[in-house]
Amino acid sequence: MIPLTHYLIVSACLFSFGIMAVLTRKNAVNVLMGIELILNSANLNLVAFSKFSSANLNGQIFAVFVIIIAAAEAAVALAIVLSMYRIVKTVNLDQADTLKG
Amino acid sequence: MDKALVTQILFYFFAAITVGSAAVVVFSRSLIYSAFALLFTFFGVASLYVFLGADFLAATQLVIYVGGILVLLLFGVMLTHKLYDLNLKTETFQFVPGLLIMLAVFLTLAGVIMNTSWPSRGERPMNPTTAEIGELFMKDYVLPFEIASVFLLIALIGAAMIVRRRDSQ
Repeated sequence: MIPLTHYLIVSACLFSFGIMAVLTRKNAVNVLMGIELILNSANLNLVAFSKFSSANLNGQIFAVFVIIIAAAEAAVALAIVLSMYRIVKTVNLDQADTLKG
Repeated sequence: MDKALVTQILFYFFAAITVGSAAVVVFSRSLIYSAFALLFTFFGVASLYVFLGADFLAATQLVIYVGGILVLLLFGVMLTHKLYDLNLKTETFQFVPGLLIMLAVFLTLAGVIMNTSWPSRGERPMNPTTAEIGELFMKDYVLPFEIASVFLLIALIGAAMIVRRRDSQ
């Protein structure tokens, strides 16, 4: 069967792509996509460890909670992005620098 | 053909879809391409859950991520651009430092994953998990479950409050 490390490598790929999106993208919605990638990689790790190293389903329960947090985060973050677009007229993160000294 | 061989081929196929479309999400110039590549990433992760024997989570992933969060993100893309503005480009900044940090993070993680001797207690057999997850939610995890549901309600009400227009007195 497929060993545990292969799942972990896929998850590490997703995590580093998410870091890349968060660090380099200007558009706020695209940064949110990067955060979703990071949450997905964490979920993949939890489910993989749950399959390979324990007899119970606690890892999958944690993954369900992560999905709940991700849904709430996406809703609130999109609301913030929309009101930021209404106020600043842009969603580029480098132009919304009103608080910069 | 051998069953294990077919499983392996399918696993690497879906893993390649997941990682490749995640790369498109990050490196594509167009926001729409990014959003639709994210669709394939979510599908790929759901299929990896199937390989891991997590049938309930695979269905949940499809319903919530593809049906909910991705649609929400597409709404975000469409609502924050002018109508008829088909030039949905997104720019990048600090591209080279970001790339270096990404490579450093990935190499560190891959080194740790490869050099750790993971304890192997054998795999859980491929059984349906939905009934067991439901029992755990109603017995051991009932307090976190209720807190999570209240939290979700608060978050959705808060999101509606934030986007409400306040200029109509």
